[in-house]
Amino acid sequence: MSVKTLLAAASLVAMAAAAQAEVKVGLITTLSGGGASLGIDTRDGFLLAMDAAGRDDVEVIVEDDQRKPDVAVQIADKMIQSDKVDILTGIVWSNLAMAVVPAATAQGKFYLSTNAAPAQLAGKGCNPNYFSVSYQNDNLHEAAGAYAKSEGYTKPFIMAPNYPAGHDSLNGFKRFYGGELAGEVFTQLGQTDYAAELAQIRASGADSIFFFLPGGMGISFLKQYADSGIELPVMGPAFSFDQAILQAVGDAALGVKNGSNWSKDLDVPANAAFVSAFEEKYGRLPSLYAAYGYDTANLMLSALDKAEPSDADAFRAALKAADFDSVRGKFSFDTNNHPIQDIYIREVIKEGDIYTNKIVATAIEDRSSAYVADCPMQ
Amino acid sequence: MSPILLAEQVLNGLQSGVMLFLMAAGLTLIFGVMGLINLAHGSLYMVGAFAAAAVAGLTGSFLLALVAALAAAAAAGALVELLVIRRLYAKDHLDQVLATFALILIFSEGTRWLFGSFPLYLDIPEALSGTVTLPGGIAYPAYRLALIGVGIAVALGLWWLNARTRLGIRIRAGENDREMIAALGVDISKLYTLVFALGAALAGLAGALVGAIQSVQVGMGEPVLILAFVVIVIGGIGSIKGALIGALLVGLTDTLGGVLLPELFKLFTDPASAAASGSAFASMAIYILMAAVLIWRPTGLFGARA
Repeated sequence: MSVKTLLAAASLVAMAAAAQAEVKVGLITTLSGGGASLGIDTRDGFLLAMDAAGRDDVEVIVEDDQRKPDVAVQIADKMIQSDKVDILTGIVWSNLAMAVVPAATAQGKFYLSTNAAPAQLAGKGCNPNYFSVSYQNDNLHEAAGAYAKSEGYTKPFIMAPNYPAGHDSLNGFKRFYGGELAGEVFTQLGQTDYAAELAQIRASGADSIFFFLPGGMGISFLKQYADSGIELPVMGPAFSFDQAILQAVGDAALGVKNGSNWSKDLDVPANAAFVSAFEEKYGRLPSLYAAYGYDTANLMLSALDKAEPSDADAFRAALKAADFDSVRGKFSFDTNNHPIQDIYIREVIKEGDIYTNKIVATAIEDRSSAYVADCPMQ
Repeated sequence: MSPILLAEQVLNGLQSGVMLFLMAAGLTLIFGVMGLINLAHGSLYMVGAFAAAAVAGLTGSFLLALVAALAAAAAAGALVELLVIRRLYAKDHLDQVLATFALILIFSEGTRWLFGSFPLYLDIPEALSGTVTLPGGIAYPAYRLALIGVGIAVALGLWWLNARTRLGIRIRAGENDREMIAALGVDISKLYTLVFALGAALAGLAGALVGAIQSVQVGMGEPVLILAFVVIVIGGIGSIKGALIGALLVGLTDTLGGVLLPELFKLFTDPASAAASGSAFASMAIYILMAAVLIWRPTGLFGARA
């Protein structure tokens, strides 16, 4: 055997070894358009954990879904068929997740959700290859409902956009509040003017307000609320009070109580390390989405340490064990592959010039999801 | 529903109507004079809001912010007219739609490149914060009243410009017969740039005024653009009077529909599903209005008769 053939054989073996160890991850998220700040934080949190792990056998492919379901589906198809990814992750919006997740899991791929977790995928439509690392959509709203009850509010006015996650939101609130309402309003998705709703709130004799208006809708509402002369306690899920948008709301958000399963002041060692590493690398405070992205990457890495995605059963069991240091502390998966975790109430405060949140109470301990009984997995 | 609440909702409808008018007036002027469909009008609205937020952040003055919004949007409008739009007048509407759609994407990504992806902060001026009590005991935000005032002032100003000034005569002449006024020695390309910049400035003003009570973010112009198109179709393309009436109709229908329809549905069904179905119907209300107007008057309320 000549030296040349020997070298060729050696390089072939090396290539085969590399190909064997190579795991491909497709991260589909929103990097352009109105919702880009959420996707950018998801990506940055995810990549922060990947960088820290320093594993060059895992390749992450990042693509922009433009917040459009059809684009997300095209990207997912491309990633599965030509990039041959093993794992998909990153989608922020529930309607996009519904378009991508069932098809991806049907083709035997793993999907790890960094945010969107619609009711359909937690109940009858649950899948052994689908894991939600964030929450189930209703959770943060349920926390606000539990808080309203514990504060003794008797006439909250509740409001959400008229689309599936908006209905889940109000149902989640009512599930844990259980009392009488001053009013229940569905706004239009993407609505920017809330003068009509504010007039209704003023006339309704409400003693508190709960609202779920993600992204720019929440900024608009809070600015207009602050100027309306109405002074009632305000509650909501964390989305409208998160790091990425608080600076645009300003003083109008101060004092608002919001339900969240993560906060930057959560007293967990992994969390302190995450917050300081994120700030150092990107020069801003992390948001909820960044925390979910970071946790998702670490969960995936913990499973990759034990098994290859090609050995689906072993990899699935390794994911389900949730053997990683979550920035949320306690973290385990229920039978429907959604987390069991504590959900807190945060208050919006000002630290120096920066608007941020601090935890003021634990709303629900060890919360799973309302749909777990509908899921056939055991 | 009490009469006071109803009166307040009518005011809300008027306020959203006059802001729509600022957008629709520019759009209808540009379409009327140049025959151009400008999808990038919403981007000029966004330019105004971002310029205002940036200047308010630097100087703390809302007045300076408004001036900056007007100047930035007018400059952006004039630049776009000179570089891109000028080449489109002779083309058909499909080419115009494609090119101005490309401008939307360029403006959006350019704004993101300059300002980042996170929404900006812009607040209402101190002097106009809080509420004023109107006759009948309505507590109404002072800033929204000011918006109604600005809208009415702009409408009067445009009427004066159109009916009483030499520029207005040229604009109206340009709408009727552009070859003839060119033959009479009017510099038509300068007129076009001027009209485009004027329309852009109005959009920028609307963006800055509304940006103070809404979210200043990339893509904020497109939802307003759709409503503005509905307004000019209802009002009749090219008519400023039509844009005003159309904008008020759309503002009132949108606001009152969103309030009254869920109340109406509550008479028949439980509150939760009444809220959902009423809200779904309310989002259709302005399009039903548009369809009804078009059946009655196919060229819009004040459109030129075919």
